Amino acid sequence: MGFQPVVLATDALIYLLLALAVGFALYARRHEHLRAPWRQVAASRTAMGALVVLVVYVFIGLLDTVHFRPLQGQDAQGRPRYATEVLSLLDLITTPLREHREKTYSAPFATHLYMRETIELPDGRKVRDYPRLKWGGAHLADPADRAADIARRVAAGLVLGLAIWGGALLLAARGRPARFRCLLRAPELAALRSAAWTGLVVALLLGLVLTLAGVWHLLGTDKVGEDVFYQSLKSVRTGLVIGTLTTLVMLPAAVLLGIMAGYFRGWVDDVIQYLYTTLSSVPGVLLIAAAVLMMQIYMNNHQAEFNSLAERADLRLLFLCLILGVTSWTSLCRLLRGETLKLRQLEYVQAAQAFGVRHFTILARHVLPNVMHIVLIVVVLDFSGLVLAEAVLSYINIGVDPNTNSWGNMINSARLELAREPVVWWSLVAAFVFIFMLVLAANLFADVVRDAFDPRLRERT
Amino acid sequence: MIDLLLEVRGLRTWLGPEDQPVRAVDGVDLALRHGETYVLVGESGCGKSMIAYSLMRLLPPSGRIVAGEVLLEGRSLLELTEAEMRRERGGSIGMIFQESMTSLNPVMSVGRQVAEAVRLHDPEHAANPRPRVIELFRQVGISDPEHRVNEYPHQLSGGMKQRVMIAIALAGCPKVLIADEPTTALDVTIQAQVLELLRDLQRETGMAILLITHDLGVAAEMADRVGVMYAGQLVETAGVREFFDLPHHPYSCKLCRALPGADKRAQGLDAIPGRVPPLDQAFSHCRFLDRCEARQAVCEGAAPPWRGEAEDGYRCYLAVEQIALGPPAARDEGAAPAKAVAPLLRARGLQVHFPIRKGVLRRVVGQTCAVDGLDIDLWPGRTLALVGESGCGKTTAGKALLQLLRPTGGSVRFDGVDLTRLRGTPLRRLRRQFQIIFQDSASSMNPRMLVEDIVAEGMVAQGIGTSRAARRERVIELLDQVGLSAVALRRYPHEFSGGQRQRIAIARALAVEPRLIVCDEPTSALDVSVQAQVLNLLEHLQDELGLAYLFITHDISVVAYLADEMAVMYLGRIVEQGTAETVLEHPAHPYTRALLAAVPVPDPKHRRTIIRLESDLPSPVAPPSGCHFRERCPWMMPRCHEAYPPMRELASGHRVACWSYEDGE
Repeated sequence: MGFQPVVLATDALIYLLLALAVGFALYARRHEHLRAPWRQVAASRTAMGALVVLVVYVFIGLLDTVHFRPLQGQDAQGRPRYATEVLSLLDLITTPLREHREKTYSAPFATHLYMRETIELPDGRKVRDYPRLKWGGAHLADPADRAADIARRVAAGLVLGLAIWGGALLLAARGRPARFRCLLRAPELAALRSAAWTGLVVALLLGLVLTLAGVWHLLGTDKVGEDVFYQSLKSVRTGLVIGTLTTLVMLPAAVLLGIMAGYFRGWVDDVIQYLYTTLSSVPGVLLIAAAVLMMQIYMNNHQAEFNSLAERADLRLLFLCLILGVTSWTSLCRLLRGETLKLRQLEYVQAAQAFGVRHFTILARHVLPNVMHIVLIVVVLDFSGLVLAEAVLSYINIGVDPNTNSWGNMINSARLELAREPVVWWSLVAAFVFIFMLVLAANLFADVVRDAFDPRLRERT
Repeated sequence: MIDLLLEVRGLRTWLGPEDQPVRAVDGVDLALRHGETYVLVGESGCGKSMIAYSLMRLLPPSGRIVAGEVLLEGRSLLELTEAEMRRERGGSIGMIFQESMTSLNPVMSVGRQVAEAVRLHDPEHAANPRPRVIELFRQVGISDPEHRVNEYPHQLSGGMKQRVMIAIALAGCPKVLIADEPTTALDVTIQAQVLELLRDLQRETGMAILLITHDLGVAAEMADRVGVMYAGQLVETAGVREFFDLPHHPYSCKLCRALPGADKRAQGLDAIPGRVPPLDQAFSHCRFLDRCEARQAVCEGAAPPWRGEAEDGYRCYLAVEQIALGPPAARDEGAAPAKAVAPLLRARGLQVHFPIRKGVLRRVVGQTCAVDGLDIDLWPGRTLALVGESGCGKTTAGKALLQLLRPTGGSVRFDGVDLTRLRGTPLRRLRRQFQIIFQDSASSMNPRMLVEDIVAEGMVAQGIGTSRAARRERVIELLDQVGLSAVALRRYPHEFSGGQRQRIAIARALAVEPRLIVCDEPTSALDVSVQAQVLNLLEHLQDELGLAYLFITHDISVVAYLADEMAVMYLGRIVEQGTAETVLEHPAHPYTRALLAAVPVPDPKHRRTIIRLESDLPSPVAPPSGCHFRERCPWMMPRCHEAYPPMRELASGHRVACWSYEDGE
């Protein structure tokens, strides 16, 4: 099957971020002062457990980042014609989920719709009842077999999950039993063990999803009949993009301005301080609302500039990252300025000045590496805050495009669903569980990273 | 033995993890009698302070006393409950610490802090402690105690704060006073005051003092008996006279011989190679073995026995006659190079003022005159020592000479070029010719850079060396020159000891082939034996490369050993200047005299007459009118109020700024 690759703006930035991360990892491998704290992180049981969860999220997000247009036959001249719809790898994998659309709400694992409809019976009579779902549990002739079918599939899923986990372990140990024994007992591998146990949970969940998701709506369907589990998966990318790209956007400004203000003092310091004091006194939500609304109007007036719906939604997402970045760089900038003020008094900076080293070389070689730990700590801590911020902003309708899947949009629509009788609870719960897992894992990981990189804590141990 | 006040037997204090403990104190016996001063000397990391903390049972969380007894008048302190021990601390045992700055609570008035101690340990005055507090203040020599009790720590100078600490320690009328480096953070003139105070108090109250110090001069001055610590053990104890007459243990001998001083100018200093071994191992042989010059075949065996009496002996296999230490390396003095025609560096009227801003508009309301009209000539191949107490502006002067701080006024001519007028690239290019070595070797190197990159940094900046490989070759050469192996290249600075780091700093400065090096207290953070290594190295490099040094220091003995010329600074100005020999032997200015008299001499027979200076260094923000020194001067005359005395030449090159010499004394 042919396809045409599509690189959206955020995709490109994610690739850039990935490249930076790989570059940093290679750089850190060669520098002991960076490697040592990461080793400490790797020795922490909490961090490794959290890391497994994060890796799962990142993997889903990356799958959802590779975009393309599938081939849709040929046009008159025999040239390939591609669909207008932009798909991602994740869409491709979850095609059944994406295509299994019901009419409207249905509860998790339901066989019938959540709303009564007038059904015409074969004999021509009309009854108001809950109709059977088009996809969910459609393979069962008799809906009464539901429990048995689910139980069977759960059992199969658990076995499958165990098999996947075992296979992964075997692959890791490369078939040598000695390594297994070592993993089970060695006290220094405790962190690896907790990663393995978290992996087991993930593998079991994966097994369950594989056996169940194809024929049941795991987390029900929403108002227009879309699978909520699919929506939640698609929202992962949005959350990650907001959490990481915002940082990427603000980092150069915050780092450069912060260390320049601290190092040069004088009027440079005055200007930069003035800038960030002003910015941080404007209420962030107000600024974001104004910027997003302006963007929306621009988009509505220039519809022709966008090739596809996806591109438009993507641009709005990017814009949200930018504006979140603008409002959030000030605190890091302030921290870095303070640290640089301290560093510039240190004698190695003066020694470099005595050698006639140029100012920007001093900044790059002596100041930047010595504030990097602060940058890292702030970035990791900010991540979870930004994911939550997205949810809040989308909830008040100034977040991502309503067409973009995001946890905030899910929560936003749940506002009305919760007011219904009977209540539709699954959208909200799904969004909550997905956000909660990601933010919890990120926070646990961030705590360990901060402890590992904070020099004051390191001296005490 | 009824007269024993404090007795310590077989004390072992361990720190850190169970599986690899740091044996900070490893079997120490000592005894202290009423009214006696026992001085523990030794280099840092030998466990001296840990003995004090063990006696007070104030060990850090990971510390534990694994064996031994501490008896105070026959009562075992280690068996007391924590509540009983709390009564003893500050009661029968008082303690003063090195850092008086951090030992006082900054948000409580000093009077209340002393009153707290009085209330706890002196039931008689607990209800109304104020009169007792004032009495204590008077006892420790704080003038105007009625007002001083209401002041806060930041309003007091370092010496005053240390007096307050002593007052707190005295509140419980202690029988034993433990003083852990009580004067290390103080200037010599203040140190002399505090030591004198301690001696007076001892005479009055009859308490015993356990003094911990690294300074043999202080030991000679204060001690009745001396104990030398090495690697967690006492290696020698003796009466003070016997000890300084003839130290027995090789380590004690070397320690005495490593001290710089005027009498050692003809020879090199006797440095002890290597460093104190890490204490996280169980020693099976003599701890000093690796560094000992006198070692013989017997020394390789088990740990050496204690020779002599329990209180007057040393820990060694060898009898005194057998301990043979070679003569110290001779110093290839050569002929000191004749003064070149023109000085390499000539500063005239150098001023560094820092504006003081106040108020909402940050208007300049005054100037801190850190350096106020400095005239200096520095000749190639010679060493000029800039001497003064902390806060006199000597470091600022050093940085201003190198244009690391921009001077407010005056000129600095380096080889004829006025540095103060240079900017940008020309100055940057000229920086190759003058370098600086800092006091704190740890903070003078980027902890994130490899030694190779640190040393090569100047070469890269100055465009020396064509390729990385060529520069590496040069770095190896430089490291070899300062006595480090090429293994150091791929290491980080924190992996080295203080002395080794200072060598790296020297190598870094040498990398750009400078003609002048400003040494800003390069050895004041180092132990005596390591200081000797670094001084020898600097000396050797000067002979070899003809460097000029501007040696900034507060340590007179280093000046006496190293300097050709010296200049004494007081409150931003030079008060006396001349060849080191002249100034040291015939000091003219009253400040120089007081400074020299205050330096403790490691010879107990030499009782100096201290010229007591009143109060502390005045603030450079508002120096006294007329002569800056007049408030503290024992020779003060009416005309000292009127104007600052001009520099007057006493003899060739010996100049002094004092009115006493105006009429031709």
